[in-house]
Amino acid sequence: MHLEITLHVDGERRVLALDTRTTLLDALRDHLGVMSPKKGCDHGQCGACTVLLDGRRVVICLAPAVAHDGSRITTAAGLAASAQTAGESAAEALHPVQQAFVEHDALQCGYCTPGQVCSAVGMLAEFAEGWPSHATTDLTSPPDLTDDEIRERMSGNLCRCGAYVNIVAAIRAAAVEAGEAEDPVVPEPDVAV
Amino acid sequence: MKEFGYERAVDAASAVARVAAHPDAVFLGGGTNLVDHMKLGVTRPDLLVDVTRLPFGEVRVADDGGLRVGAAVRNSDLAVHPAVRERYPALSRALLAGASGQLRNLATTAGNLLQRTRCVYFQDVTTPCNKREPHSGCSALSGYTRYHAILGASEQCVAVHPSDLAVALTALDASVVVHGVEAERTIPITELYRLPGDVPSRDTVLEHGDLITEVYLPPLPFARRSTYRKIRDRASYAFALVSVAAALDLDDTGGPAPVIRDARLALGGVAHRPWRAWRAEESLRGRPAVEAVFRQAADEELADANPLPDNGFKVPMATGAIVAVLRDLAAAP
Repeated sequence: MHLEITLHVDGERRVLALDTRTTLLDALRDHLGVMSPKKGCDHGQCGACTVLLDGRRVVICLAPAVAHDGSRITTAAGLAASAQTAGESAAEALHPVQQAFVEHDALQCGYCTPGQVCSAVGMLAEFAEGWPSHATTDLTSPPDLTDDEIRERMSGNLCRCGAYVNIVAAIRAAAVEAGEAEDPVVPEPDVAV
Repeated sequence: MKEFGYERAVDAASAVARVAAHPDAVFLGGGTNLVDHMKLGVTRPDLLVDVTRLPFGEVRVADDGGLRVGAAVRNSDLAVHPAVRERYPALSRALLAGASGQLRNLATTAGNLLQRTRCVYFQDVTTPCNKREPHSGCSALSGYTRYHAILGASEQCVAVHPSDLAVALTALDASVVVHGVEAERTIPITELYRLPGDVPSRDTVLEHGDLITEVYLPPLPFARRSTYRKIRDRASYAFALVSVAAALDLDDTGGPAPVIRDARLALGGVAHRPWRAWRAEESLRGRPAVEAVFRQAADEELADANPLPDNGFKVPMATGAIVAVLRDLAAAP
């Protein structure tokens, strides 16, 4: 069975007829040539296909495309384009979270990075809304964006190169820049061992 | 994947009629479990009836002060709802302990309740499984049983229910409103899920075509003193080995230790359904909130535990988790 749907992908309206079995991920990659979301596990476990769907971070490998007719999708490539300034080419423009990933060397092979970046952007928006997480002690007051909070909130994105330490640092730096977190206080070295 | 039709439901009645009349039709919520199973061949529907755009997307305060949660409310929205965080913290904590941020943004309330076991043999179509293929045998019984049941299992099936949300709702006396073919009915969540018995293919008492439209939470004022603790193989993004949802009603008007007026307790990861610990609750009522009392209640609840070769650890783990959760709740301000 084929159905016609409309998707708004990175600001562009796309109309396409799809077999109902097509996931949003396959619609983007195989039908629209949008290669930024990656296919990792294809079972909702690795986070490589994370995009912003109507503003929220989701994995799209388990989403039948026909169920999301009319939706607005922002991929990591779209995040970059939205950050483009005058006099800068689209290839040069980076979203602050992407810039932080570059500055903190938050990747090795890079395959999980578009999903990590989209997830981080969505996660910081959730944090700005005051959403608690599993790592939050008090559910009724706004949490602090500690490293434990970042790790818990990003646990849906796997990195097989193991760049986690720098991913946390990059996200913390982006959050500090956005005014969502304070610079961590570096503890004094304990000399009385 | 088998070809299937897709329809977007316009109202609950027609959605129910459509699925009821079509043996291989299923409702589609967030799809995070269903679509995975379609890819794996665990389920092979030929029609998906999408119910996510029906008007069941809100959390409302009920006339009696309880909460009415629409079936299509996303897990993330329910977890962070101010009334849930304040009045039913066990529910918030259970949701936040489940899956990942991306999945919680997709998964619906009813879909979470009706997700299916993560037993690896159930999900692997090359192995016998009585739940997936009745009368084919149980591969877990002679297989790897670390993640399986210690209570209420049968010779047919030792799978456990995977939902964290369902465990919290089981402790909190919640019920589901079901739009059936004939009429609407309300089912206490403690009666929604089945033990496997001789028919492990059926997780719940729902009939084909029944649509959960709402979850109702009674007021339960002492649920403000409630929590959820999940023990798993990773710190995050893993299913429970054992989980505990609990609420305590304490009378601290006299004596050295407060007295337990009432308690709610449920366990996850231990049985085919979220396990309401009726026996432990009975044991706790009217007694002082001290560790020895908590431990005795836990021991009474787990007296009938029947662990498998790889999951004997779940008995002391569940006992310890119950004691720790009750101790923390009793000590909370």
